[in-house]
Amino acid sequence: MTDQTSVPRGSAPGLTRRQAYEQRLRRRSNTLAAGSTLAVVLAVVVLVPLAPGWDAVKRSFFNGQVFAKTFPGLLDAFLMNVAIFLWCAPIIAILGLVIALFRDVRSPALYPLRLFGAIYTDVFRGLPVILVIYLIGFGVPGLGLPRPWNSPYVWGSLALILVYAAYVAEVIRSGIDSIHHSQRAAAASLGLSDGETMRYVVLPQAIRNVAPANMNLFIALQKDVALLSFIGPVEVFRQAGVYKSLLANFTPYVGAAVIFLALTIPATRYADYLMNKQRRRQS
Amino acid sequence: MSLRLRKSRAGLSLTHGFVQMLCWSLDKFPPPSNLWTTQQGRTIRQMKTVITSACLLAATSSVALAAGHGSCADGLTLEENVLTIATGNPAYYPWVLNDAPESGEGYEAAVAYAIAEELGFEADAVKWVRTSFDEAIQPGAKDFDFNMQQYSITPEREQMVDFSLPYYTSAMAVLTTKGVVDAGATATLDSLKGLVWGADANTTALPMLTEIVAPEKDPLLYGDNTDVTAAMQANQIDAALFDLPTALYLSAVVVEGGVLLGQFPAERSENPDQFGLLFEEGNPLRDCVNTAITALTESGKLAEIEATWLQEATGVPVIE
Repeated sequence: MTDQTSVPRGSAPGLTRRQAYEQRLRRRSNTLAAGSTLAVVLAVVVLVPLAPGWDAVKRSFFNGQVFAKTFPGLLDAFLMNVAIFLWCAPIIAILGLVIALFRDVRSPALYPLRLFGAIYTDVFRGLPVILVIYLIGFGVPGLGLPRPWNSPYVWGSLALILVYAAYVAEVIRSGIDSIHHSQRAAAASLGLSDGETMRYVVLPQAIRNVAPANMNLFIALQKDVALLSFIGPVEVFRQAGVYKSLLANFTPYVGAAVIFLALTIPATRYADYLMNKQRRRQS
Repeated sequence: MSLRLRKSRAGLSLTHGFVQMLCWSLDKFPPPSNLWTTQQGRTIRQMKTVITSACLLAATSSVALAAGHGSCADGLTLEENVLTIATGNPAYYPWVLNDAPESGEGYEAAVAYAIAEELGFEADAVKWVRTSFDEAIQPGAKDFDFNMQQYSITPEREQMVDFSLPYYTSAMAVLTTKGVVDAGATATLDSLKGLVWGADANTTALPMLTEIVAPEKDPLLYGDNTDVTAAMQANQIDAALFDLPTALYLSAVVVEGGVLLGQFPAERSENPDQFGLLFEEGNPLRDCVNTAITALTESGKLAEIEATWLQEATGVPVIE
C-alpha cells in the first residue's frame, strides 16, 4: 500500500502521470473491495435473521446460556486432544522420516525396504482415517491383549500415527526428490558416503523445503484427533456430543468449533508465514 | 411456533386451490390440436400428462379430505390422514423386531400402532420414516409427526423439543461379560465402582452412571450400542449401562459371554428413565397423543403390549 517513491501520498502535483494513474487505480480497487465486502457482510447480517427458521437455529446452535454452561467442560475435554496430539506428533515425525528414507534406499539388496515403504504409503494414504481407527482400535485389542495394553488410547493413537506417518513420509520424500542430483554427485566427489550425503547434504535442505507442508499436516492431525472419540476416549468432540444429547442442543458443537479454531487459525497463519518466507528465500 | 404451522397449512391449501384451478382450466381450454404434431406440441403433451396425473392425485386427496373423520388429530398431521412416525436407523430389538416397524412387532412398533388406532388411523395409514437422534432435534421443519426411539424425557431436552407422556419407564441394567463376573465382579455398588465403564454417549446413561454408581475411573463413551459392545468384546470396558430391555437383548444375543449383572429399578433414580415420543416443539398433535397414551394406560392395553414384547424384563436381580 505504501508508495514506492519518496513522493508523499496525496500531494498530487508532485506525482508523475503514471504514479497519479496508479494511485487512482489503487484507490478505485480499494473502494470496490471495501464496498463489496460491506455489501456481503450486510447481506449476511440482515438477510440471515430474516429467514423464517432463524430463531430456531439461533436457539439450537447459538444459545448463549448453553454455551456458558458447557464451555468449561469442553475446555477440560480439550486437554485430552492436546495430550493425544502431543504424544502422536513426535512419533509421526520420526516414523514418517524413516518411511521416506526407506523409499529412497538405492542399494539393490535393500529393495524390500523400498517396496515396504511404497506399499505402506499406498495403503495408509488410501484408507479413511476413521476406518483405520476402528480396525486397529477395536480389532487389535480384540485379539485378547491384557490391560493396559488394550487401551483405546494406545491403539487409537497408533492408528493416527500410522495414517499420518504415511502422509508425512510422502511429503518428506517429495522434499528429498526436490534436491538436485548434482548435490549428491558433489557430495560423493568430496568423499562422503551415501549415508553421510543423506544426513549432511540432502535431508537438511529437504526438510527445510517441506516444513510448511508438514505444518499443514499437523494442523490436520490436530483436528483428526477428534476421531479417536469413536472408540471411547472422551475428548472435546465427544464431550460436545454428550452435552448435545443431554440438552438436545447443538450449541456445544459450536463451542468445540471455537476451541479448535482458536488453535488452528494461528497455526495456519504460521504455516502461511513459513511458506511465504520460503518463497522469498528461493526467488 | 404454532402460528407458523398454521401459516404453512394455509400455504398448503393455497397450493391445493391452485392445482384445482389449473386442472379446471386444462379441462376447459385444451391446447390447440394442431400443436400436437410439432416438437413444442410433444413437450406440451408431456406436460399435460404430468398435469393430468397431478390433477388425478389432487382429486383423490380432496376425496380423502372430504372423507376425514372428526378425530382429534384431524388436520394436525404432516400429511392429511397419514400418521408419519419416525424411528431409529436401524431400529433395535426388542423395541422393533427385525428392523421392520411396519410389522407392528416389537414393543415400540406395537405401541405406535395402538396410538395410531386411538387417534383414528388405520394401520395402513401409518407411514414410517427413519431419523438419527440429531435429525430429531435439529431446528427446522420435521419430516415426522412424532419420533419414537427410546427418547428419555428430561427437563433440559424439553426446553428444545416436546415430549409426550411416558409410554415406558425403564429400569437401568448393568451389562457385563462372564470374564468380568469370574474375576469377582458382583451386583453391589462397591464392586461396580471399581469397574471400567462404558456407555452410549447419546443416551441418558452417562448421568445415571455418575449419579448411581459414581465409578472411580472416567467412563469411555461411544456413538452407538454396537460400538459399546465392540469395546466390551475387546475387553476395553468391563461393564456398560443400558435400559433393561436393551441390556437383556445385548447380553443374550450380541455380546459373546454377555451377562446381565443386575438392574437398578426405576424407583431408585431421582430422574427415572422414562421414554416419551418426541415432537417438534409446539406441535399441537401432542395433546391428542397424550390423550391416546392416557387411554391406553388406563385400559391396560399398554401393560398388555409390554407383557407381550418385554416379558423377560422381570426376574433380573436388583442391585442393592
